[in-house]
Amino acid sequence: MVGITSVGAYVPIYRLSRDEIARIWGTRSLGGEKAVAKHDEDSITMAVAAALDCMQGSQQVNGLFLATTTSPYQEKQAATIIAAATELPRETHTADCTNSLRAVTVAMKSAIDAVLSGSAKNVVIIASDCRMGWGKSEFEQLLGDGAAALTIGNSDGIASIEGSYSLFSELLDVWRPEGEVFSRSWEGRFIMSKGYMDTMQRLISGIMEKYKLTPANFAKVVFYGPDSRSHANLAKHLGFDLRTQVQDTLFDAIGNSGAAALPLMLVAALEEARPGDRILLASYGDGGDAFIIRVTENIREIQEKQKLKELLLRKIYIGYPKYLNWRDLVPIEEPRRPEPRTPSVTCLWRERRSVLAFYGNRCKQCGTVQYPPQRICVNCQAKDYAEDYRLSDKKGHIFTYSVDYLTSSKDPPVVIAAVDFEGGGRVMCEVTDCEPDKVEIGMAVKMCFRKLGQRGGIYNYFWKAAPVL
Amino acid sequence: MEGIRDKVAIIGMGCTKFGELWDKSVDDLIIDATSEACEDAGIELKDVQAAWLGTVFSGHTAISLSFPLKLQYIPVTRVENMCATGTEAIRGAAYAVAAGVCDIALAVGVEKLKDTGWSGVQPTNVVGTSTMGTSATDLEFSPPAMFALLAQRYFHNYKLDSDEGKRLLAEITVKNHHNGSLNPKAHFQNEVTVEQVMKAPIVAWPLGVLDSCGVSDGAAAAIVTRADMAKNFRDDPIYIKSLAISVGARQGQMMQNYDFAHVEENVRGSRMAYAEAGIKKPRKELSMAEVHDCFTIHEMLIYEDLGWSPRGRAKEDIEAGTFTLKGELPVNTDGGLKCFGHPLGASGLRMLYEVYKQLQGKAGQRQVKNPKLGLTHNLGGNLGGAICSVTILGNSMG
Repeated sequence: MVGITSVGAYVPIYRLSRDEIARIWGTRSLGGEKAVAKHDEDSITMAVAAALDCMQGSQQVNGLFLATTTSPYQEKQAATIIAAATELPRETHTADCTNSLRAVTVAMKSAIDAVLSGSAKNVVIIASDCRMGWGKSEFEQLLGDGAAALTIGNSDGIASIEGSYSLFSELLDVWRPEGEVFSRSWEGRFIMSKGYMDTMQRLISGIMEKYKLTPANFAKVVFYGPDSRSHANLAKHLGFDLRTQVQDTLFDAIGNSGAAALPLMLVAALEEARPGDRILLASYGDGGDAFIIRVTENIREIQEKQKLKELLLRKIYIGYPKYLNWRDLVPIEEPRRPEPRTPSVTCLWRERRSVLAFYGNRCKQCGTVQYPPQRICVNCQAKDYAEDYRLSDKKGHIFTYSVDYLTSSKDPPVVIAAVDFEGGGRVMCEVTDCEPDKVEIGMAVKMCFRKLGQRGGIYNYFWKAAPVL
Repeated sequence: MEGIRDKVAIIGMGCTKFGELWDKSVDDLIIDATSEACEDAGIELKDVQAAWLGTVFSGHTAISLSFPLKLQYIPVTRVENMCATGTEAIRGAAYAVAAGVCDIALAVGVEKLKDTGWSGVQPTNVVGTSTMGTSATDLEFSPPAMFALLAQRYFHNYKLDSDEGKRLLAEITVKNHHNGSLNPKAHFQNEVTVEQVMKAPIVAWPLGVLDSCGVSDGAAAAIVTRADMAKNFRDDPIYIKSLAISVGARQGQMMQNYDFAHVEENVRGSRMAYAEAGIKKPRKELSMAEVHDCFTIHEMLIYEDLGWSPRGRAKEDIEAGTFTLKGELPVNTDGGLKCFGHPLGASGLRMLYEVYKQLQGKAGQRQVKNPKLGLTHNLGGNLGGAICSVTILGNSMG
């Protein structure tokens, strides 16, 4: 027995409207908007947010696979950072599935096999991507940032997995050579007909033939589309009803989020699904992987929260210059302050639990919660008499704050605050994902995992506060 | 515990002009401040038996002092304690004299901030330690942002809307600039208006550029000796009444009971100093004070923290002009950090220079009437975990 036991999603709060991009370049707008990761976000931070959203239960996790085409590191696993930030046990099997837009279904297939073989009980799969297109290109308008997570487990969960089918295809339709940051593509007519349409028709008819099913047997079909038009064309060719059966690509609200696009669409489909619904799921990228899943009664649990719908409601619009700055596309003069130093790998290692998983400690004599963890209690001075205490999941509020125009930052001003947590503890930290003039004393915040910067090739991750909306 | 009261006297002081001293090096500033101090004391450099250098960024080790002055193999110590560094130098020198280890000691404070090209003061975290966050993450908030945390909470607690709050802060700038306009050694010698201050660009809401002290170069120096020997050097030595320092342990950054509407180290440091000096009613007994007005909100809180205004009522004293040159307790008579800027290692000794001159009746147009006791106050480090030093001087024994 194997199924999807939980799902999670993350979409950055910032949006760039395609009309704004088109206005800057004098080109045609594709309409809608794209989600843009802030300068303190990347595929790893978005993955942590989606993973925490997915792992809210207390299920035992044996594996964590990250699917992305935009890992900050070329040599060094990103999944371990996510596993450390989300506090997974040391024995968790971690892996990065990269280099393909279907990396997420590659990970899913491996997880399903691991669960079916009995080598794992629960494997968390996180897809996260932050791709970029050349200025003025269609990709620039289309590509958006986001992450989604799902757990594959040895129970039916919210949707049981009833079958799968895969094939590969060797064709350079979309690619990015080493050292480049912008996705390239071959001539559109050719790659659509011989790449996407050909492969997906074979893949989807292949899985239906294998399990003796027809389009009429599916309540919903969730498949990747490089753009909205090709996506609709494929549905029509395969005989699915666009209005009732085909899951929207979310391109108008988020954009094409690469490896995360398909799982985000799946989360959207599951938030609407009814128990008993059969869903066809199909990825594309150097071939494709298709799955048949069946929604169970447990779906109601996730539908109470409607996580993705919530995420799509909260947004802050940015202009094109901010986008250029955040993505390092134009060198910007930073405040005239000394450059932050290269982080010490030794310190990062020694303090990995407090830095990555945001643990403080709690004095066993007086109960004072303190961050960073202290050997001698700041309140009662008891020595070496404290227990580890996790703060990343605690609700907080802003006790006092300031809007700092002077500190070194990619995009001043920076909001700084003293944050007090329910259950004790105070930290001094940055407040992100906020409009500085709307921050106020008493504002409710939650902690989120973010990138402080990169020095000496070392990405430095830490926690910041963000308003709870 | 006897304390330092009346054991050590200052017999000579020197202070350079503060400002953008493009054509002066750190060594030049050390030589100029020390020469004035020796001349004032009527001694020669070779009479100095031990020396202390206070600097945060502008030198390492004792050799940063022995080399420019060519001190001849005497004991020299370099000290650092953030914004309290200058005061820390004289604390070392005075304690050595009080201990009987030497009879004449020199304290020099120096900083050249203008050679860096940076705005403001750089962070001082070093790898493996942190003043905030964790050693791995090295969070840096700018100094005005740290002090703005106080302003937000003070305004909130005492229900001052931002206009009224900013106006009260502006009055402090106007007062200090007026005093600075009477001081040829100040970096800024111009008067400003409340309107100018309130309209100045914001650096960290609600603090603007004119709520912030300048960034300057400068140095100051003092010669200390045993109190019972002081009159051998001059008729008007100035006696050290207390040398207090209170250091926090970041309680306020980690515990929810800190209100961000006062600075605990200010309260503790000043009470320590009053006790050592035998002062019961500071507002009445002190003739004048030089305090750490790095940002206007801090001077406002100091009025309350040091026990001069009741909690939440600094407003009334600001409006009554209590702390102006002609007021009941003149504060920052030389123009303060506001007009001198804050070359960290020099500031504490620069403040002492003003108190020393006031108590000798040599403060010119800024002279307060009939002075007896004067106080200096520095605050360094971060809010919720700070270093506060308070020094009290008097012009007579007892």
